[in-house]
Formats: sequence, structure tokens, C-alpha cells
Amino acid sequence: MLQETNVKTIDKVVIRFAGDSGDGMQLAGNIFSNISAGEGNQISTFPDYPAEIRAPQGSLSGVSGYQVSVGKDVHTPGDQADVLVAMNPAALKTNLRYLKPDGIIVCDGDSFTEQNLKKAEYATSDPVTELGINPARIMLVPMTTLLKSTLADSGLDQKGMMKCKNMLALGIICWLFDRPVDGVLKKLQAKFAKKPAIYEANAKVVRAGWDYGHNTHSSMPVYRIETASAEKGTYIDVTGNTATAWGLIMASEKSGRPLFLGSYPITPATDILHELAKRKDLGVKACQMEDEIAGVCSAIGASYAGHLAVTSTSGPGLALKSEGIGLAVMAELPLVVIDVQRGGPSTGLPTKTEQTDLMQALYGRNGESPLCVLSAVSPTDCFEMAFQACRIAIEHMTPVILLTDAFIGNGSSAWRVPEKDEYPEIKVPFVSESQLEQGWKPYDRDAETMVRYWSIPGMDKGMHRVGGLEKDFNTSVISTDARNHARMVEARREKVARIARDIPKMEPMFDEGADTILVGWGGTYGHLLTAAQELNAAGRKVAFWQFRYINPLPENAIETLSKYKRIIVAELNTGMFADYLQMHMPGKEILRINKVEGQPFLVSEVVDGVISHMENN
Amino acid sequence: MEEIKTTGYTPADYKNSQNARWCPGCGDHAILNVLHKAMAVIGVAPKDTAVISGIGCSSRLPYYMNTYGMHTIHGRAAAIATGVKTANPELTVWQISGDGDGLAIGGNHFIHAIRRNVDINMLLFNNKIYGLTKGQYSPTSDRGAVTKSSPYGTVEDPFIPAELCFGARGNFFARGIDITLDITRDCMVAAARHKGAAVVEVLQNCVIFNNGIHSYFTDKEQRADHTILLRHGEKMLFGKNMEKGLVQEGFGLKAVTIGEDGYTLDDVLVHDAHCEQNFLQQQLAMMDGHELPVALGVIRDYQTPTYEAEVERQVEEVKGKKGFGSLRDMILKTCESWEIN
Repeated sequence: MLQETNVKTIDKVVIRFAGDSGDGMQLAGNIFSNISAGEGNQISTFPDYPAEIRAPQGSLSGVSGYQVSVGKDVHTPGDQADVLVAMNPAALKTNLRYLKPDGIIVCDGDSFTEQNLKKAEYATSDPVTELGINPARIMLVPMTTLLKSTLADSGLDQKGMMKCKNMLALGIICWLFDRPVDGVLKKLQAKFAKKPAIYEANAKVVRAGWDYGHNTHSSMPVYRIETASAEKGTYIDVTGNTATAWGLIMASEKSGRPLFLGSYPITPATDILHELAKRKDLGVKACQMEDEIAGVCSAIGASYAGHLAVTSTSGPGLALKSEGIGLAVMAELPLVVIDVQRGGPSTGLPTKTEQTDLMQALYGRNGESPLCVLSAVSPTDCFEMAFQACRIAIEHMTPVILLTDAFIGNGSSAWRVPEKDEYPEIKVPFVSESQLEQGWKPYDRDAETMVRYWSIPGMDKGMHRVGGLEKDFNTSVISTDARNHARMVEARREKVARIARDIPKMEPMFDEGADTILVGWGGTYGHLLTAAQELNAAGRKVAFWQFRYINPLPENAIETLSKYKRIIVAELNTGMFADYLQMHMPGKEILRINKVEGQPFLVSEVVDGVISHMENN
Repeated sequence: MEEIKTTGYTPADYKNSQNARWCPGCGDHAILNVLHKAMAVIGVAPKDTAVISGIGCSSRLPYYMNTYGMHTIHGRAAAIATGVKTANPELTVWQISGDGDGLAIGGNHFIHAIRRNVDINMLLFNNKIYGLTKGQYSPTSDRGAVTKSSPYGTVEDPFIPAELCFGARGNFFARGIDITLDITRDCMVAAARHKGAAVVEVLQNCVIFNNGIHSYFTDKEQRADHTILLRHGEKMLFGKNMEKGLVQEGFGLKAVTIGEDGYTLDDVLVHDAHCEQNFLQQQLAMMDGHELPVALGVIRDYQTPTYEAEVERQVEEVKGKKGFGSLRDMILKTCESWEIN
């Protein structure tokens, strides 16, 4: 039995749901985060799942987790959980390390069978003692027994009953955090609209879970989670991959260019393909091609034909696409490449997160092959940066690589649905009628931006040939002339460099009086921001900036960074962005905090790293 | 021969001012001229025509066209052409590939474009050699071919392009030679009129690295007895005086002389290019000019739904059904949302 505790109002709480891959932990976690968001909490989620679809039931390798943080000032799914829901002994064993020392465990007591204990490789028949868990912090709920008695009249067989187990756990969690079950029931109703019997069973089980908590642990007061004040508007819960897909659609609406996706399934990027395949209802043509190369090549073809063309992938796929991307660099066609980064090299850690494709994105092509590289910093920022990637690709006639990662791609947070006119029109640099009349050539450039003009098949008098061979700067026909090549290399470089005029400037947070700046890029934003907040709250002046625009960097980036005594770059690789900055600032020491474990930073790791650098450098 | 109707276009409308840079005597010059002529017969405006190629000698072709065109990367022309056609089904899309580009590095895209049945006209220039890299064996080089990269002869069997096309469930296959200009032009016209992936193999002579590779059946004195021009609905006759014919024997084909061994004109097969079953068509396409004559003309031309049209149909169907006005509209109608005031 849990110890009695006082009523506790807390800023935020972290709950980790863990069970077999098939236990429905993602669904339980998802519903909880959704209803919390509906009550005005900020949310951040992190699914942590194995590469195997269904590893052996009850085994250590088959455990899948879903961590959610809800409350106020939530920027990450949390370093460690306040509550761990473990559906079997294997989940308990593998997830205990993610629980705070004083955290609470809700566990299925009925799952402690001899067979399950053996599968989870316990040495004794008492996991609680064996793992050194304080018995006062664990709620051993006889879930199977409760399910059977609750659903005795439901007509469901044993297997059907067990499928409701996640909802029993969710009912208990709702009780623990003072959430009425109504919200859950509403979600379930929507989910099982066509299966009323299944809905009834699940609804009964959710209530049973809530009642169980209430009746059995009535002496234990519940937690109340603080709500956050947010901008007015309509909100939904969205994952990074879905937000990415929607950002592309928004760019299509704002540019008037129909959206084409050429893609090939690859973890953890496939959800972008899934979402866009559904969005045929908005006119999207999403094509699953025969391989990664065909994914990028079909997109290049669609771009040539005048579409907003995109290919989505992860690290190994980006490697396969590199020659195709080089063609888009040479042909100067708009192309958006989305790389949802995962652990590498090679097949690496397909379901885990990393930031190790930065150098590949910047330089992974033959020849002088400059292009624009962007990164998204959070699940909801994926929408914004996917839009920006499209805008830059079209307005600057260039391929753009957008780097997201498994953490923000699969993670979710509450997102305000943008109003109709919130995003700007994207100006398509079509060749004009008068240019065509005057004998336009495909590599004629705008003098200011160095951008070439776009003629698409079907345009009268716009017929032209592009391709991978070097072209003459003036006549646009094939040329191997030495000086011309140098001139074209420079033109392509300068065109990409001038994108810097068209992106936001760098404006560090917590800048006042700080001589140290913490810098990151991409999906580590939440952890780094929280670390910076904690450091400043503790009296250490540390400025902070998360880069979204990587190539080109914001115009004032190097000048701004140079003002600080210490520049500390924290990233989930061995120092790629730090090296990149170093290239731009030779002679300036760049300090580093690195992690390559396939997992996001812990805030504490970043805080400790910064303190250590401040004390030693 | 196909009757040439006036479309309002002449071959010159599809030709640009660039001088073709192929070797003197290369078969590609002739094929380029034939393509200009075929396009004039087809009558699709240059502005609605896109010519996509890979890498290799033949893949230079788009630079000599006054149409939209892209000279892409090695092997990927089929995938890029798929993107062009799927994005804009209104365009007439041509793919130009050689045997190395289309069947070695691009083999995967070749078979999948055919399987998907994207409406692209795929011209496969087959000279059984790598020319641009100066004479290595290709995936269509005969076993034992001695080349720079096989000085002791190859020890592998070649692809037969037609067999690959049929294996990928191709519904159009035609064959011409760089010196049978009218036949090749008619094959191109038929390919363009066929809705779906259409492969035209053009047997082409590389004067520098593989001169005469097809001459045992393409030489003037050999051609009549070693090739046969197939026409839908007509008897399969060949020979200098059309005295020979193809008959079915057991599960295979046999070349006979009319009036000899008891064979009459009635025994000679009538070509059916539009037949759904492709068994006989495949047999015809596999004839190699030794025992049986090499088949020229349109061998298979069978209509099935095209990829890009199906994509378009599906888009229109679900768009109409769901009726979302915009991204925001879709989100608000399909996602659970909450208001913050």
C-alpha cells in the first residue's frame, strides 16, 4: 500500500507507460497527454520503442515505452518519470532506471508469474525486493483479476479482455492525477465509433481502474497539475512527423504549386509518407517508389514539371539520395529533402534518436555542391520549418535538406492550428512572358538573389534543357570551359549564401550580462532551453540560442557568437556542429557537450556539462 | 507503313540548333532524326513534350531537341520520367536510355516503371556495349563478348530487353533498327499512342566499340531472311519475296517456306499485338535472327489502366468525397481539438 502523502499541486509531472510492444502503452499515453492538453496543460511526449514489431511477449527486448510530461513550462518529456506504469516484470526491470528515486510505480501484480519472471531473467520470485524497490512506492494492482471480474458479462474471450488492460492502467492514472474519466471516454468513443461493444468494454475498464484507485487507495490524495497560459486559439496534439507533412501542405497552399512526395518506407520517417498518402483528400500526390533513389528522382521529375516536390527519409536513405540531390543542385530545381535522423552509421539504431547526419547533409555529395540545410527544434516546429524549407526551395531555386530526428518526429506536443492567413504567400520565380519573348535562357539569374527563373513544361516558348552537365553562364548550353566552370561554381555558392538575407537573425535568450552562451541545433531545443533556464535560475548567467538555419547561418551568427567568452555547443553526436562553427571561427575555442547513445539529452547532463565548462575554462 | 497525317508540325519544330556530338556514323544520329519525324506525326506540341534521359552516349539526345528536356544521372531516367508524368499527366514524356543506363545501373527503375504502367515512351538504344566509357561489356553483351573489361570474354549471360519487359508485365513492346527508319518511326508513334509504359528497343550500331554487332541480321543482304516485320492482323511473312512464314509447332514457333514440306499460307500465323495473353508475343520477341528471324515492329500493344491516371482519379475521388477546403479545414474536421480563450 502506498504511503499517505499530502495534497500536492505540482508544476509538471512525468509519466512513463511501459509494457510489451502489443500492450497498447502508446495509446494509453497518448490519450492521457491529449486529455491533459485539453485541460490547458502543456505536453511533450516521447515514444521509445524497440526495432522489432512484436518481440517475444514478456521478454526484455520486447518492452516499449511512452513517456509524457504534462503541466506548466513543459519543453521536454522529462529526464525521469514521477510515475512508472509497468505492465509486466520485464517492463519493470528495463524501465526502473527512468524513474525518479521517489517515483511511484503502478504495476500489474498478476503478471508476476513464474513464466514471466523467467522470461524477464529474474533470479528470484520477488522482483520488488530483487530490484531494491521500496514496497511503499509500488502499487501492485491485480489487473488480470480485475479485468476478468469487470468484463465477466461482456462476452469477450480472455484475449479480448486482455486487450483492455491498458485502459485499466489509464483509469488508475486518471485517478492519481485528478482527471475525470469523461475525457478518456470521449476519446474512446471516437476511436471505437464503429465497434460499440469494444467501446463499452473499454469504458467499463477505465471506470474500474479509476474506482480501484479511489477505493483501495482512498487515503492517498491525488496530484493536481498546474495549467499553463497559452496563446488563444484552437489546439491539437501533433507529432513532429505529422506536423512536417502538414507544413509541406501549407507551403503548397501558399505557393499554388501542387505537392508531390516521392518516398520509400524507412524508420523513423515513414509516418510522413503515411500522412501525405492520406492527404490525397487535399490533392497531394504521394508516391511510394521502388527505392530511396527513385524517391528523390521522381521528386526531381515532379519538380521539373512544376510541382512542390519533396522526398522524405532517414540517414541511410539520405546516403542513397545524394547523387540525385546533386542533380537538383546542378539543375537548380526546388527540392525539399526531409531527413528524420536516427542512430547510425549503417542501419545503426533505427528507432533511436541522434544528430549524426549533419555533415552528410552539408557535404555528402560529390563536387562543390552547396545547398540549404535547416533543422526543426520541436514537434510543432516541424510545421514551421517544413514550410520554410519549401519557401526557400522555391524562392531560391535550390534543394533544401530539413533535419528533424526520431525524438521530435515521433514525439508530440500541443499545437495551435494556424489561422488561414497566418503564413505568407510563397513567391514562385516563374520566368515572365517578356523574358520569354526576349530569348530567355534557363540559367539566366536575378542579379540580387542569383536565383534562376523557372519555366515549366506546358509553358509556351519556355522549352529548355537542364541536366547534370556544367552549363555556360551566359548561353546555358553544355560547357567544359575552365573559367566558366569556376564562375558557375561561384554562382551556385553565392546563391545559397545569399539565402542568409532571407532568414531570421540570431537573437540569444538570457543574453544580459552573460559571457557564456549555450548553443544547440535541431531537436535538442527543449532540453537545452530547460537547462539554460535552470542555470539562470541558479544564478549562472548563460545565454542560449538554438539554431534552425544551419546553411547558411543567420547573417549575424558569427559576429554574435564572437562576443562571448565561452561558446558551448551541446549536440547528440561527437561534435559536428561545433566543428562547423569552428570552421567559421578559426582561433576561437568551441567547447562541447556531446552524447551519442541513441537517446535525447537529460537536462541534468546539459546543466552539469555547462557548469563543468564554466568552472574549467 | 503508318499513313502520315498532317498535324501542323514538322520534324524541324522538334529540332534545335545544337549540333549532335555523336561520332560520325553512329546510329544515334539516325534515331534522333527518326524521333523528330515521329514527333511531327504524333503532333504533340514541343511545349507539351518532355524528353528525359540518363547517362551515356544516347542520353545526350535531349540536348538536341526543341522540347522540354532533362539529361539526368546514370540509370535514373525512368524514375525521373515517372515523376514528370505523374505530376503532369498532360505531358507526353519520352525516356531515352542505352542498354547500360536502362538495364544495368537503372534496371530497377526500368522494371518498376513498366510494372507501374506509367505512360512514358521508353526508347532503349541497344548497342550491346558501353560507348561513353570507351568499350566495356554491357548487360546485353553476348556471352563470351571480348571487350576492354572482358579481355578473355564475358562469363555471364545477357539480358534480352524484351524478356525483361515481359517479365515486368509490360504491355507494350516494339523493336526497330537504326537503319530501318520507317519501321522505327512507326514503333515510336505507336508507343506514343499507347497509354502506359511503352518500350521501344532500337538496335543501334556503335561504329567505334562494337561495329557490326547486329549486322548478321541487319545487313542489307541478310535482312530479308533474318528479320520479320510484324503488323497487327497480318500474316507473319518474311523473306525476299515474302515466301517464308512463321507457324506454330508444339509449344514453339517455326520458320517455314510456303509450298515446302506441305506448309501453305493458311498455316502461317496472324499477328495479334492486342491479345491479353502474351505467350506468343513473348516467343516472337525472343527470336534472335539465327533459327528464327528477329521480330521488328509492334510486338505487344495491350491496354491497361495507367499509373498517373489512377493516381489522378484517386485524388479526385477522395477530394470529392471528403470535400476539405484547406489544410486547416481538414485538421479541424478530423482531429480532436480544444480551445484556449
